[in-house]
Parts: sequence; structure tokens; C-alpha cells
Amino acid sequence: MKNALKTKNLSKEFGGVKAVNDLSIAIPKGNITGVIGPNGSGKTTLTNVLTGIHCIDGGVVSISEGGERKRIASHEVFQAGLTRTFQNVRLFEQITVLDNVLIATTSRHVFGSLFERDAAERLSKAEAVLNRVGLWEKREANAAELSYGQRKLLEIARALATDAETILFDEPYAGLFPEMVKLVSGIMRELREQGKTIVLIEHDMALIRELCDHVIVMDAGKLLAEGKPSEVLADKAVIEAYLGD
Amino acid sequence: MEYLIHLAILFSIFAILAISLQLIVGFTGLLSVAHAAFYGIGAYALALLLEHTGLNFFVAILVGAVISGVAAALIGLVLSKFRDDYYALGAIGFNVIIFSILLNWQEVTRGPLGIPGIDRPELLGFTFSENIAFLLLALVFLAIVYGISEFITTSSFGRALRAIREDEEALSVFGYRTSFFKLAIFVIGAAMAAIAGGLFASYITFIDPTSFGIAESVFMLSIIIFGGLGSLRGALVGALILILLPEALRFVGFTPDIAAQMRQVVYGLLLVFLMLYRPQGVAGEYRL
Repeated sequence: MKNALKTKNLSKEFGGVKAVNDLSIAIPKGNITGVIGPNGSGKTTLTNVLTGIHCIDGGVVSISEGGERKRIASHEVFQAGLTRTFQNVRLFEQITVLDNVLIATTSRHVFGSLFERDAAERLSKAEAVLNRVGLWEKREANAAELSYGQRKLLEIARALATDAETILFDEPYAGLFPEMVKLVSGIMRELREQGKTIVLIEHDMALIRELCDHVIVMDAGKLLAEGKPSEVLADKAVIEAYLGD
Repeated sequence: MEYLIHLAILFSIFAILAISLQLIVGFTGLLSVAHAAFYGIGAYALALLLEHTGLNFFVAILVGAVISGVAAALIGLVLSKFRDDYYALGAIGFNVIIFSILLNWQEVTRGPLGIPGIDRPELLGFTFSENIAFLLLALVFLAIVYGISEFITTSSFGRALRAIREDEEALSVFGYRTSFFKLAIFVIGAAMAAIAGGLFASYITFIDPTSFGIAESVFMLSIIIFGGLGSLRGALVGALILILLPEALRFVGFTPDIAAQMRQVVYGLLLVFLMLYRPQGVAGEYRL
């Protein structure tokens, strides 16, 4: 099976603390891979390193079977077919909901974007993703005016609008109402059916069991276990260390 | 009437400055405190080109805009790597450098003595020597600058600028090389400021470095904050109010020995009250 993402001996330090420590993992293409571990285990740091928010201190990363990279600039990950959501929602607050989505569909070139207006094709795509998360009616509101749950959904809509092959979801369910949880799970399944690769950082083990094909467990920046959810979540060491029962 | 025409010309010049700074600060969120430097580059470029090369005003003002744009590209290459406070400090440093050059490179700029006798514009044998004619010319330039800015801000490029203002790092994850966008708008804004500088030099017919220091950059920032950030209309409103306000305060009745200082106090108080009760400015959309 091909890999959407692969790390080899990846490391990231903050003031001597190894947030990601010699981590070698592979994320299979077309699957939902859950990344679990207690707070501070390095899950979000891993996401930030993979998307160029943090620089790599050691090791290499390959995206979509591309070459091994020792350095990733954040603007390059999109070209490599990767996008993400953020643990703490990062929307473009004082622009409209519609513009938050359109920004993911328009030209990335300075001169190209200068002469680009909103074409019907892009608008209909934005309409489709906003309808999928139930926010089309809110399209003229500024992102800052949305509720917490709606903000989470808008981030997901923005990621969907990119048409990226691989999407990293960093705790997308945190703070969502049950009906929103169902909606997001439905989106995850649809994406898998479309052949997309999902990396799901999540604390809810029921959701991990329900959705994931593959699970990676991190502890203190290292790989503790990986495999099928039923096997990993039954692993005694994982239960003792993270699940508490 | 002549007095009102004078005020309208000043409004047109400062509206161009405000719109161009709005693109950089209000739309992109780059706290540039260097706009007076580009205004000065445009003014001196025009004055020197008219004096030494005999170029027509309209060619000279465009050459001034190009020179200012090139200067902005050079300093912008450095500044576009920075954000927030560091950006503002870098911009202040650039304004100080340009001011020092204008003041000390006396062989070219005549230093504190300034450059007198700058020609009024001429087109097809018609000289814009009457202020009413100059006002029409200034309004044409203002309309062009406004139209270009409207074109920019309603494009996908304009949306990217607003997203940079909101969260540059998040935008970069979506494939945008944000430093290119920041550099491009900085160059465009600087070129527009140079147009205002050229108009100012030709209107007043005399320039010296005092019009292009940090205080003038801060005044330009005040205009767009007052009028409202993130809005071209706000830039016009801010320019109108802050150009007319000192004139209105002439009639308040301050005694001559304290009038100038009191006008500054009233200015400051208005800005403080505005930030307290309407932080998005008179006609703005973006909240600081």
C-alpha cells in the first residue's frame, strides 16, 4: 500500500524538550488514520511539523510518495496535496464565511489573483461545501460571528474546498454538539470513499474505534504502538498508559 | 473660494496617501510607519527631474512612482519577512533613513534649504497654474488611484491581503507565499504615495525634508484609523475630517499663543474617544 505521509527519525525540540522524538511512522493512502496519545504527547507538534508551521530539527518527511524533505515551507504543503485544520480554530475572523472558503479555491499567484474575480465554478464549489456543513445561510456573516461549533465546521469546509488528497484534522470533534459530531463523521466517511487520506487527531476512543482503519499511539513524542484500532486499543500498555481502564 | 480650493487640493493629495496606506495597513495589516518616505521620494524625484532633465510633469510623476516602487521593493524584501511590531520598527527605520538622506545629501536635495520654484504641470501647452485647474488634475489622479485600489481589493488578491491581515501563518498553509503578496502591495502603495508626493511638490512649488518625516507618517496612519481601517471609503472620510478639522478649529477661539498646541490636543482627544467608542473608525469595517 502506498503512503500519503511518511516520517523517518523525525524530531522537534522546544528549549531542550523533545516534543517529537525520533518518530518514524507511515500514514497509508486512502485510509483514516487516528493519532492518539495523552496531552503533550506531541500530536499537534507532529501536525505542525508536517505542515511547515514548525521547522524540522532532525529526520525527514515525505509527502505523497515525493522525495524525502529535511525542510518544509508551509506554502509548499498545499502543492504537495496536503491541508489541515487547527486544534485551536484559526479562521480569517474579519472576513465573511464565504470568503473563508473561497480563499481555499482561488489563485495562489500574485499576478494571477490580481486579475481573478469570483467565477461561477468557484462559487458553486464554495456553496457545495458550505451546504455540506450547514453554513451556506451564514455566508455573508463574518467568521467571528459564528458559534464555536460553527467555527469548527467552517474550518472543515475550508479544508474540503482545497480538494487536497490528504487532510490532517486536529481534534475536529472537540466542543461539538452530538448532531455536529454525526455530520463530521459523515464527512470523514465520504472522504474515505472518495479515496482521500485522513489523519484524525482525537481523544474520543469511541470515534477512533468507529472511524479509523489504522491507529498510531504517541507518548512523549515517540511512537508507542500502531496497528488496527481493535488491536491497539486492546493493547495492555496503551490501556494502562492512556485509557486508564 | 480660493481657500476652499486650496483645502480641496490638500484633501485630494492626502486622500491618495490615505488610500495607498489603507492598502498596506487596513487591508493587509502591515503596520507601515514609512509612508511619508515614499511620499518624499515622489516629491523629490519630481522636483529634481523637472529641474535637471526637463521631463514633462506627467512623465516625471510616473518616473517618481517607479523610483518609489523600486525603493519599496528593496526595503520590502527585508520587511516582508517580519510581522507586527518588528515590521513597524523596520518601517520607522526606513523613514528615518530617507529623512536623513533628504536632509543631509545637500548636493542633490539642498538639505534644509529645500527645493524652491518647482514648476506646475503642463499638458499640450496648457499650464495648470490656476488652483482650480490643479484641483481638477488632483481629482483625476485621486479617481485613478481609487479605481485601481477598488480593482485590487475586490480581486482574489484583495481577499488574500485581508486573510494575511487575519492570520498570515494559517493562510500560508493553503499554499499562499504571503511574503510575495505583502511585497506586492507594499510596492503598489509606495508608488501611489509617490504620485501624491509629486502632486504636492508641484502644487506648493517648494519642498523641504520637514514634510516627509515620521510625524507625517503618523499623521497618515491617524487618517486611516480615524476614517476606518479596511475601507477605501474610510480613507476618504478620514482624509476629509483630518484635513478640515484644523481649519474648523481656527474658529473655536483659542488665543493665538496656544492655538497650535490646543489644536493638537483636540486632535489627540478625538482619536482617543474614537478608539474608545468606535474602534472601527468613522466608516470602517475592521476592528483593531
